[in-house]
Amino acid sequence: MATATTAPAAQALRWTKKDLLGLRKLSAEEIRLILQTAGSFQEISLRPIKKVPVLRGKTVVNLFFEPSTRTRISFELAAKRLSADIVNIATQASSLSKGETVVDTVKNLEAMKVDILVVRHAAAGVPHLIARHATSSVINAGDGSHEHPTQALLDLFTIQQKKQRVAGLNISIIGDIAHSRVARSNIWGLTKLGANVTVCGPPTLVPPQIEQLGVKVTYRLDEAIKGADVLMLLRIQHERQEALLVPSLREYRLRYGIDRDRLATAKPDILIMHPGPVNRGVELDSEVADGPFSVILDQVTNGLAVRMAVLYLVSGAPKVEEVEANGG
Amino acid sequence: MTEPAALTYREKAKVMDADAIRRALVRIAHEILEHRKGPANVALIGMRTRGAILAQRLAKEIAAIDKHPVEVGVLDITLYRDDLSRIGPNPIVRATEILFDVTDQHLILVDDVLFTGRTIRAALNAIGDLGRPKSIQLAVLVDRGHRELPIRADYVGKNIPTNLREQIDVRLNELDEKEEVVITVPVEAAA
Repeated sequence: MATATTAPAAQALRWTKKDLLGLRKLSAEEIRLILQTAGSFQEISLRPIKKVPVLRGKTVVNLFFEPSTRTRISFELAAKRLSADIVNIATQASSLSKGETVVDTVKNLEAMKVDILVVRHAAAGVPHLIARHATSSVINAGDGSHEHPTQALLDLFTIQQKKQRVAGLNISIIGDIAHSRVARSNIWGLTKLGANVTVCGPPTLVPPQIEQLGVKVTYRLDEAIKGADVLMLLRIQHERQEALLVPSLREYRLRYGIDRDRLATAKPDILIMHPGPVNRGVELDSEVADGPFSVILDQVTNGLAVRMAVLYLVSGAPKVEEVEANGG
Repeated sequence: MTEPAALTYREKAKVMDADAIRRALVRIAHEILEHRKGPANVALIGMRTRGAILAQRLAKEIAAIDKHPVEVGVLDITLYRDDLSRIGPNPIVRATEILFDVTDQHLILVDDVLFTGRTIRAALNAIGDLGRPKSIQLAVLVDRGHRELPIRADYVGKNIPTNLREQIDVRLNELDEKEEVVITVPVEAAA
C-alpha cells in the first residue's frame, strides 16, 4: 500500500485582506507575514535595476488630503519599484476644494479603473469609510490621531532587523502620545508581537486610560529610559495642538528631550528611533539624532521595503467578495 | 506549477533513491566542468526551494573534483511569475540572495524539476534585471516533459516521462527528511 500524501505541502499563511487600515485588527501572524515579505523585498532596492515586474499594469493612487513628503514619496517609490503606475493627488489641487465629497472623489477614481488607493486624511476613519465604498484596495497612510500602520510596520521591521526579535524587548514611546497615530499603531503592533511598551510624556499629552491598550505609563523621562532597549521619540507637532498643551518648546526639551547626558543613562545597546521629521534640539539633540545609536535613516530605508510588501500583499487579495467582511 | 487545491495524491512509483540522486549530481558536476573547461567563471543559481539545495550540493561536488570554490546564489522567482493574477492570494515572496555580480559570469540555473518551462522563463527575466551574464545554462534533477515554452535543460539528472495528471515529488534530506524522487497520482474522489 502506498501512503497517501496531501499536495501541495502544508500551506503557510496567505494574505487575504483587501485593505490595510490599521494594525489593531491584524493578527500577530499577519504582521509577521508583512515583515517577512518586506525582508524579501529589501534586496530589490540594492540592485542596479531597482524594479521588478510584479505590479505591472496596476494603478496606485496616492490620495493625500493632508500634506506629506516622506510617506508619499516612500509609497511612490515602492509602487514604481514594483512596476505599478502611480498618480499623486493632493487635495489642494483637486475637486475637493470645489466641494466634492470624499466618496465622490473615490468613485470617480474607480471609474477610471484604479487598483490601490493610498489614503491620508486629517480625520480618523476616512480610509475606513473609503474602503467600505471602494472595490479597490485601500492602504491607510495616516488618519488623524488614529493609525499609521505602515509607519508602525517599518518601526517593527527596524527593531527586528537590529535586535533580531521584538518579543520581550522594552520599548518606550516618548512624546505626544495623545495626538500620535504613530504611537497608537506602534502600541498595537508592538504588544501583539510581545514587546513591553511604556509610554512617556507630559500629562497633558498622555491620554487617560491608555493603560487599557496594555502599556505602562510614566511621566518621568528617566523612568522611560531606564532598562529600555528602544526609545521611540515622537515629533512635537508645534504647529498643531501642542502649542497650548506644553508651556514652551524649551521646557519640553528640558523635561523630555534626549540629549547626550540622558543618552548616557540608557542601556549601552539602545536604539533611538523617530518617525521624522525631527525637531532638532526639541525632542532629540542633533548629537543623538546623528549618533551611533540612531537608526532613523534605517527606518526610512526599511519603509520602502515595508510599503512594497504591503502593496504586493493587498494587490493579491480577493477583490469584490468579502469587501464588508474585510473592513478591518 | 499545477495547484489543484487540496487534491490528495498517492505514491505511484519511486523513480530515484538517495544513491541515484547523488550519482546524478556527481555526473552533472563532471559535465559542467567538462563543458566549462574548469570551474573558473562558473556560478550556480539555485531556484527556491529545492533547486537552492541542489545548487549547494552541486557546488560542493564541483569543489571536491576541482579544488576550486564555486559561487552559489539563490533566486526566488515569485515576482516574475506569469500566473499571479490567476492563483488567488499572492504567494509568499522569499529573498533572492545573489551576493556576486552576475555580469560576465557563466551562470548555471539549478532546479529540481523541469516541467512547463514557465519557472525558467521567470528566472531568465529575473536574472536579466540583475545584470548581463556571459551565458546561462540550465541543470535539473528531473525533466518530466510537457514544455509550454521553447526551453530545454543542458544538464539532466534523469528524464522521467509523465502524464499531466501525475506529479513529481522531489524530497531532499535538508527539507523533507527523506531522499527520493517519486511519481504521485491523484486519488480518485470516489475511492
